[in-house]
Formats: sequence, structure tokens, C-alpha cells
Amino acid sequence: MRKLIAGLVMGTALATTPLAAQAETPKNVLVMANAIDDLITLDPAGMFEFSGLEYAGNTYDRLIGFDNDDVSKIYGVIAESWDVSEDGKTYTFKIRDGIKFASGNDLTAEDAAFSLQRVILLDGSPAFILGQFGLTPENVKEKIRAVDDSTLVMEVDKPYAPSFVLYCLTSGVGSVVDKEEVLAHEEDGDLGSNWMKTNYAGSGPFELNKWVAGQSLSLKANEDYWDGAPEMKRVIIRNVKEAASQQLLLEKGDIDIARNLEADQLASIKGDDDIKIMAKGKGALWYLGLSQKNEYLSKPKVREALKYLVDYKGISETILAGRSQVHQAFLPEGFLGAYNENPYSLNVEKAKELLAEAGLPDGFTVTMDTRNTTAVMAMAQSIQATWSLAGINLEIIPGDNKQTLTKYRARQHDIYIGRWGPDYQDPHTNASTFAWNPDNSDDATAKPLAWRNSWDPKGMTAEVDAATLERDDAKRAAMYVDLQKKVLESGPFVIMFQETEIASMRKNVNNFVLGPSFDNNYYRYVTKD
Amino acid sequence: MSAVTRKHRDGRRRAGLFSGKTGSILRVVFSLAITFFGLLLVTFLIGRVLPIDPVLAAVGDHASQSTYDRVREEMGLNLPLWQQFFIYISNVLTGDFGTSVLTSNPVLEDIKRVFPATLELATIATLIGVILGIPAGVFAAINKGKWPDHVVRVIGLAGYSMPIFWLGLMGLLVFYMKLDWVAGPGRLDAFYVDFIEPTTGLMLVDTLIEGDMDLFWNAVSHIILPASILAYFSLAYIARMTRSFMLEQLSQEYILTARVKGISEHRIIWRHALGNVMVPLVTVIALSYANLLEGSVLTEIIFAWPGLGLYITNSLLNADMNAVLGGTVVVGAVFISVNMLSDLLYRFLDPRARR
Amino acid sequence: MTTQISTAKPGLKQWLTSDTPQSRWQAQCGRAWLGWIKFSENKLAMIGLSVVVGLILVTIFAPLLAPYDPLAADLANRIQPPGAEHWFGTDQLGRDILSRLIYGAQYTLMIVGLVAITAAPVGLLIGTAAGFFGGWVDGVLMRITDIFLAFPKLILALAFVSALGPGLENAILAIAITAWPPYARIARAETITVRKSDFIEAARLQGTSNLGLIIGHIMPMCMSSLVVRVTLDMAGMILIAAGLGFLGLGAQPPTPEWGAMVSDGRQFLLEQWWVATVPGFAIFIVSLGFNLLGDGLRDVLDPRGGD
Repeated sequence: MRKLIAGLVMGTALATTPLAAQAETPKNVLVMANAIDDLITLDPAGMFEFSGLEYAGNTYDRLIGFDNDDVSKIYGVIAESWDVSEDGKTYTFKIRDGIKFASGNDLTAEDAAFSLQRVILLDGSPAFILGQFGLTPENVKEKIRAVDDSTLVMEVDKPYAPSFVLYCLTSGVGSVVDKEEVLAHEEDGDLGSNWMKTNYAGSGPFELNKWVAGQSLSLKANEDYWDGAPEMKRVIIRNVKEAASQQLLLEKGDIDIARNLEADQLASIKGDDDIKIMAKGKGALWYLGLSQKNEYLSKPKVREALKYLVDYKGISETILAGRSQVHQAFLPEGFLGAYNENPYSLNVEKAKELLAEAGLPDGFTVTMDTRNTTAVMAMAQSIQATWSLAGINLEIIPGDNKQTLTKYRARQHDIYIGRWGPDYQDPHTNASTFAWNPDNSDDATAKPLAWRNSWDPKGMTAEVDAATLERDDAKRAAMYVDLQKKVLESGPFVIMFQETEIASMRKNVNNFVLGPSFDNNYYRYVTKD
Repeated sequence: MSAVTRKHRDGRRRAGLFSGKTGSILRVVFSLAITFFGLLLVTFLIGRVLPIDPVLAAVGDHASQSTYDRVREEMGLNLPLWQQFFIYISNVLTGDFGTSVLTSNPVLEDIKRVFPATLELATIATLIGVILGIPAGVFAAINKGKWPDHVVRVIGLAGYSMPIFWLGLMGLLVFYMKLDWVAGPGRLDAFYVDFIEPTTGLMLVDTLIEGDMDLFWNAVSHIILPASILAYFSLAYIARMTRSFMLEQLSQEYILTARVKGISEHRIIWRHALGNVMVPLVTVIALSYANLLEGSVLTEIIFAWPGLGLYITNSLLNADMNAVLGGTVVVGAVFISVNMLSDLLYRFLDPRARR
Repeated sequence: MTTQISTAKPGLKQWLTSDTPQSRWQAQCGRAWLGWIKFSENKLAMIGLSVVVGLILVTIFAPLLAPYDPLAADLANRIQPPGAEHWFGTDQLGRDILSRLIYGAQYTLMIVGLVAITAAPVGLLIGTAAGFFGGWVDGVLMRITDIFLAFPKLILALAFVSALGPGLENAILAIAITAWPPYARIARAETITVRKSDFIEAARLQGTSNLGLIIGHIMPMCMSSLVVRVTLDMAGMILIAAGLGFLGLGAQPPTPEWGAMVSDGRQFLLEQWWVATVPGFAIFIVSLGFNLLGDGLRDVLDPRGGD
């Protein structure tokens, strides 16, 4: 049957070739299909979505950045150089000369100070990344200031590990916006936030051309970019949610790059000589959160048994083929202090023993809130199947992303299958959510993942805090390894996979860059043959 | 299918409401206002019991608790329900439908953007339905009980029975993926999205205004498949109604008279009978049109067609309630006004109803 | 009303077709018989009937018919093409599609059945009450009906399922909520035509209460048009349920609901087309069956209501 259809396709292809001219995109335009319906704002001070951060990473310059291949190497972007004071509480940045915004205004330390202050003052989603250094709307104007046109000073409240502070500044909140331009669009003292949601005021290699929410985002090159103008004069990103549609568009040459192909599409384009695949380990982790409010899941032996009941290898080789690697500790590979051993594998006998020891030889029934996307659903169903081998009856409750998340955040789940992406490149981002929970009561003010699963990590909370103040990187790394081992052993998380991002592109596309995080996926080096 | 029949019947029944007496206008306005109010109230209540946290769409999962609380307050979600509804209603009365969280745009602006996409799709679909459906219905009527009649009947029933999302997928599989006769999902090729400024929002019209024939044909190749699939439904309905109206007409005396007079059969059918059938058919077409406007949700999802259905669905799943409420009001308004319009048209065109 | 009975009792046909029925029962049976004759002449309707009967049989005998466990995942054998071992191939978790199809039949039947027995009585009650009492009761009830009619059906169902949480029961409830308004309108119209009639007046004079009048005398008058309408709507219900399943808001996995199965197959449409094609075709056949049946029933029971 397959052959027959293949034959038919060949036949029609031959018959219609003169008519259906291969649509090739122009040499200086990059056309991409990506799921960008999460993009809800273009303001770097308010954004927290993957697409948003990727946009900001290509259109705004940040103070500093890190090397995509070796994240321990931090280099200056807008800041030419920087100093950390003896007491570890004052950071001084020397701002690069001669950078201009798209508006034509000069970029100065004043713009950089304003941008950082703005993040704290607007108190948007990413504000906590800077806020954790003791910066508040009340004190931010004195703590972050421009001494002169080329000197920016930032004071933090404790002698944090410099790597922690610097990594936070490499994230989206470190984007420098054009103060004059932004304030020109201020309404009722909103620091231009309303205008910035849909407009652009930056200095990056690309500038915004047009954004149609839920449909497309297009960028145009900044011809005067200080670090060299990009070869692509335009970048067009079309929102395509369906992986299968993306595959088709790519195969037909309607797009240059497809960003969200899943295992099955990847397998099917393997034989296509016109397409190549690029992969990069990302920071996001797939995990199960086991609510400690559930009488069964609160038993340590049950938690351990469940860690033996996931077909890690099977899932990563089929459902997530090419898009993940097995990873069980809470720091993704590539992070400072990441622990890359994976002690658990599918072992039904062992799990049964553990369940028997827990007094549940016949298993139990439990629910799992699951996003209704193809890959997550398939993962959940595979888990459902292996658990049933040990007598555990897993009921899957499907829901849209926001729906399952709402339940999870309200601690109303038994099990939640989730994906956690780090907020910045420092290990504290994951340590402070998987192993830190200062207040396990229902009305706590901080709600990390440990809290959502009603888990009190006891002494670990203090250890996590201590690790942020350790200024020796090697010692600091050792502290995180220790924390990861503890969580691996007793934590209410079955961490399963670390995500790999795949970009599938036409053969003639070169130098597309995938970084360890979404905000270091760069378009500016792309060339086309 | 029956949804359409239902509306047809209701549409006629509703005619009683407008029976030209003094004061009835007021009554109509009043009852419309009540219907709208109820529509808003029901949607609003659904929105508030949705197990989706609307703040989540605005600040995401990782924001700090203080940020979350601030935004929640800004969105007015800490007020009692009745106050929230009151504020919403009074805003709506001043023409302010609020801002969508997902797009950061005023809801009205969003609707202005997405509605033409749905309108264009439904219009093309209705045109196809009319062009094919009326002759099919006439053909079935003049061959009543013979095989052409059965064929039309089965094709029609099959149209009512087809899961549209499946038909859409099959259409994509065959005509786009395998045969490459038409273009894929979306209104234009990815590369072109940037090139067109929405003047009317109707892609076929806009591309013509710009005078770019490449773009125009590209838009045509994109719309033809989803429109044909939607058209199947209106075709089925229109053909069926045409058939039964025609049968009614053909049994009338004046047809006999005409035959006796020796007027050609062709002329009798296509001029006399069909001419009389056109009046009730207009109502049928209008209702099927309204049905397509509101009922193209799944088609829009399959074809990534950025229309109203997709907009409402997406907003609903993100608890972006301003957008859902705005969209629902527009759909409700379209539905109600098309109903009224077809009533008026019917009464205007049909001499018997005017009496 | 099956042909088996007539072969079993030779005298039955005469009894049924007797010109002078001895009892009310006999007359009713006779009418039903004549209806059946007329119905069975309609070949298309008979096809519809056999599809529906087939669906019921498949539901009952699913465990005997299905070659595999519909839920047994086997990742090593995923998305296999149709062949001798798996007639319709396997899905993304290596489950046999034919078995899932067979077991899925019961959900389709359940959805249709439950929606019909919840929505129809509600519509009937509201419609008859509105028509019988008239005045402000009519006004209020019909306004409510209008509000629900003005919603796009799928979006209303979608909203309700989102509010109630996904799941088969909630999907059924949501469809029922969108399905009752037309029944209310039909029932109201029928009620208005009969409420002033003599036999109602007579019953009223005999002291029958309003409730008694509605249930005992008016509701039966609405039945035949309602039955036709519900049967014709069943196809629509199947389609909405499948649409909800397709959007991930219907039955929960691993339930082999047909709409959800189509949705699962979407990702493999290009290379493994059968995963989405087969369940979609099943939905089509079953809903066509209900449409043909309803169409035939209408010709028999409600000739006026025919287009």
C-alpha cells in the first residue's frame, strides 16, 4: 500500500513538476516555523516565555553573555569589562562605546541602569531574578545607578557567589532598552510598559518588523549593528503548532527551518538529503511531581518504587527519540555542579519488593494531571502501562497546559507530569525550586516545586541558601552535587529526561545557533548557500 | 446538520415576533437586550468557574508570589463576582471589551483582525455550496425517486455525517501532502505573511488591492481546501432544501398550467419553479451562512486558519476571558442578526408573508 | 417489530393487518406494522438501521470480537502498517487499532444514549411548560432557550467541558446542555397547537392537575416529532463528541474514544495515514447510519416534518 502511494506520488510529482515550481525562499531571508503562540509580550522586562526570550536574545543586547559551548566562560557584550568589589557586594560595569539603538540614540550606562531598574519597578514575571539580590522598587534607584556615561554600578545585599549574580544578568532581564525612546511612550507613569508590549526599543542585531499575536513574528536586520550586520535581511517566524505541518512545510521548501519536529517526524526526514538536523542539550527537565499530600506517595518506599517503574530507555528511544536524554538529577547536564549519573532504570521486580515493604503489595490507584500534547500524553501512557505491571492503577487526567498547571500550583494533584525549564544559567535556579521550601504551609509566600508537592526538604533549604554565598566555584559545585543526590534518593520527584532541542533545516542553511537556553538561540550568524 | 434545520425552523417561527404591530419593535429590542445580557452572564460565569487561573496566562508559571498577587489585583480578580460582572458590563456598554492577555491588544482590535478570516472562509464556502447545491437539489427533485435523487440524498447525508476535522485531515493528506494541488495550512505561504497589509482583512481582496497576482493566487490556493470542506456542509443542506422546495413547487397548479400551455420543461423548471423557490432559499442560505460563521472552529484548528473560532478556543484554553467574552458576543450578534435579516428578507421577498 | 416474530406465528400478519382491530393494542400494533412495512421499503433507512444494530452488537460482543487488548501498549511495535497481524495497524503506543475501534464503539453508543435520555426530557419539560402556561413563564423559558441557541454549539460544549474538567461524563453533560434548546422549541410549538384542544379541556374539567395534563396528555402528543428529531440529532451528537475527543476534552486516555484516536493519528498523517484514517471513517459510518435511520423514521413517523 505504501509503495502504491509512493508510486502515485512519484507519478503526480513527475506529471506536475513544471507547474509546481519548488518554492524556495530568497537567499537573504530566513523563514522559520515555530510554536510561538506562547509569545504574549515583547517587553524584555515582562517576558518569561521561550519564544519571548528567544526574540529578546536576537533583538536586544545584554550586559554580558556566556559562551554557548562552555557556559563557564562569561564575556562582555554591552559591558566591556566588569569588577567585583572585595566584599563581593558591588559590581561595576564598564559600558562599551559607540553602540547605537535602532532609534539612533547612543547607548550609555544610563540606559543600562534604567533597564535594570525598570525590571524591578515593573515587577513583572522575571523581576524575581534580580529581586533575589535584595533589590526592591524602593531601593533599586540607589542600588543600581549610572556613575557616568560609561560606568554602571550595581549593589547586592549579600556577598553572593559572583557566578550566581553574573549568570542572572546574562538572562533576559539583562536586556538593555532605549531609555529615551521608552519614556517617550510612557502612559500614566507605566515606564512605557504598555507600549513596549508590542513595540521595540533595542540595539540588537535584529529589530522588530511586525508581530501578529498567534500568527507570525518578523524581524529585520540592524544594518549598523556594532558587532557586524547579519547576512539575513529578514527573519520570518510563522506560528505553526503542528509538528506534522512543520515537517511538510520543510520538505516542500516553504520554510528554511522547522523548530518543533517530534520523534516520528525526525525519523521520517532522516532519509531526506535536502534536510539536516541540529541538536543541542537544553536545560529543561521532564519529571513527575508526587504530591506528599497523597497517603501512598508520601511513603518513601513508594517514591523509590516509582523511580524504578519508568521505562526511561524505552521512552527516550521512541516517544522522545532524539529529543531527550535520560537524566535524573535536578541540575541539567552543562550546569555548574550537574550530577550526571542515572541510578534508576526500569525494574519491576525491585519496585514490587519496595511496594510490598511499604505495605502495598497489591498496588494502589492514583491520578496524574497531564498536558494533552502528543509527546506528554504518550509518555504518560507509557508510564501508565509500566506502573500497571506493579499493580499501580494510574488514571490520567488530561487537560490543557494552563489547566493542569493551575491544579498543580494549587496543590490539588496526586501526580503532575511536568517540564521544568531553568530561569537562568546558575544552578540556584533549579536548587531553589527542587530542594528549597522554607514554608510548607498552604498559605506560604514562596511556592517552589517542593512546596507544590507539599514536600519539606528540611535541612536542604538552608544548604541551598548557603550555596549561593560560596564564592569558590569548585566547592560550590560540590554542594550542589550533594543536594542532587539527596533529592534523587528521597525527593518527591521522578526526574526522567533532559530535553534536547532540535532544529531541522534545509541543507543550504548554515550557522544557525542553538544555545543551552532559548535566549541563546541566535539567527545573526545564519548564511544561506 | 439538524442544527441548520433547527435554525431554519426557528427562523421562520421567530417571524411571529416581528409581526409588524406597533410596539413590537420595542419588544424586539428589549428581548434582544435580554438575550445579549444572558449570553454575557453565562459566558462570564463559565469563565469564572473555569479551573484555569487567568493570572497564569498573564505572568506565567515562574513569577514570584508578589508579582502574581499584584497582577491578580490589577485584573480585578479579588473583587466579588457580581462586582466583576458589573464592571465588565459597564465597560462593554461604553464599547470597551478590555484587553486580551494573550495578544496584549484590545479585544475589539483582535476581533477586527480575526473576524475577516472567518468571514472570508465562510463566504467562499457558502458560494461553493450555493453554486453546487442548488443545481443538485433541482436535479434531484426532477428525478424524484430515481437514482439521481438517491445519489444526491446520500451525498447530502454523508455531508451531515462527516467529522469535519477528519475530512479536513484527509483533504490535507490527499490534496496537499500527496497530490500537491493546493497549499497547506494558513492563509498564505510562510514567506508571504509579511508582505500584505490588512486593508479589509479579506486576503483575497487585499492581495488584489495590492495588485500582486502571485500573492492572490497563493491566497486562493490556501483557501480553496478549507472552504471546500466547509462548503460540503452547506452544499448538503442547500441541496436538500432546494429539492424539497422544488418538489412543493412542481406539484403546484401553475406548473401544470404552464405545461399545458406548452412552455418548455427546461423553462418551467429553471425559470418558474426555481424562481419561486429562491425566496425561501434565501433564508436557508443565510442560515447556513451564519452556521458556517459560528461553526468553523474545528476547520480553523485543522487549517491553522487565524479566524474567530480559533481565537475563541485558544483564549478559552488560556482563561483569557475578555477575549472569550468579546468573541462570544460577536458570534451571538452575528447569529441573531442573520436570523433577523433572513426573516426580514423572507417577509420582504415573499408576497404571501407580506400580506 | 422484527421479522422473526412474523415467521414464528403465521397468524400474526393477519392479526396485524386486520381491518377491524379487536382492541386498542391491536390497532396500535397494526399501525406500527404498517409503519415498519413503509420503513423497510426504504433501502437507505434499512442500511442505517443495520449500521446502528451492528454498532450495538459490536458493543455487546466487543470482548469476543477484539483480537487484542485495546489498552496493551507495546512501544516496540508502534505505528505498524495494516497487515495480517493487525488488520488496521497499530497506533503510537503499539496498540491494535482494530481492537481499540471495537471497544470504542461502546463509548460512541453511550454518548448518544446518555445525551438523548438527558437532553430530550429536559427540552420536553421546558418546552411543554412554556407552551402550556404561556405568559411570563413562556417568556422566561424561551429567553433562556434563545440564549443557549445563540451560542455556537461546539464552543459552548468546549466551555462547559473546560469548566467541568475533561472526561467522558462531562463531555456527555456538555453535549446535553447544548442539545436541549431545539427540543424545547419543538415541544413548545406542539404544545401550543394542542393546548386549547377539546380533549385537554375535557381532561381539565375532569379535574386533572396542570402537571397531570402536561405529563399525561401533552407530552405524548410531542413524542413522535421529538423521536424523529432526536434520532436525526444523534449523528450530530456523535460528531460533537468526537470533536471534543479530538480536542483532547472528551474521554480520558487510554479510553479508545474514536475522536481522540483521530487526534492521536494526526502526527503521523503523512507517513502512517491509517492511524487517523481508520477511526475517522468509523465515526463517519456510524453517524451516517444514524442519519439514514433518522431520515427513514421521519418519512414514517412525521411526514409533515419532512423537509
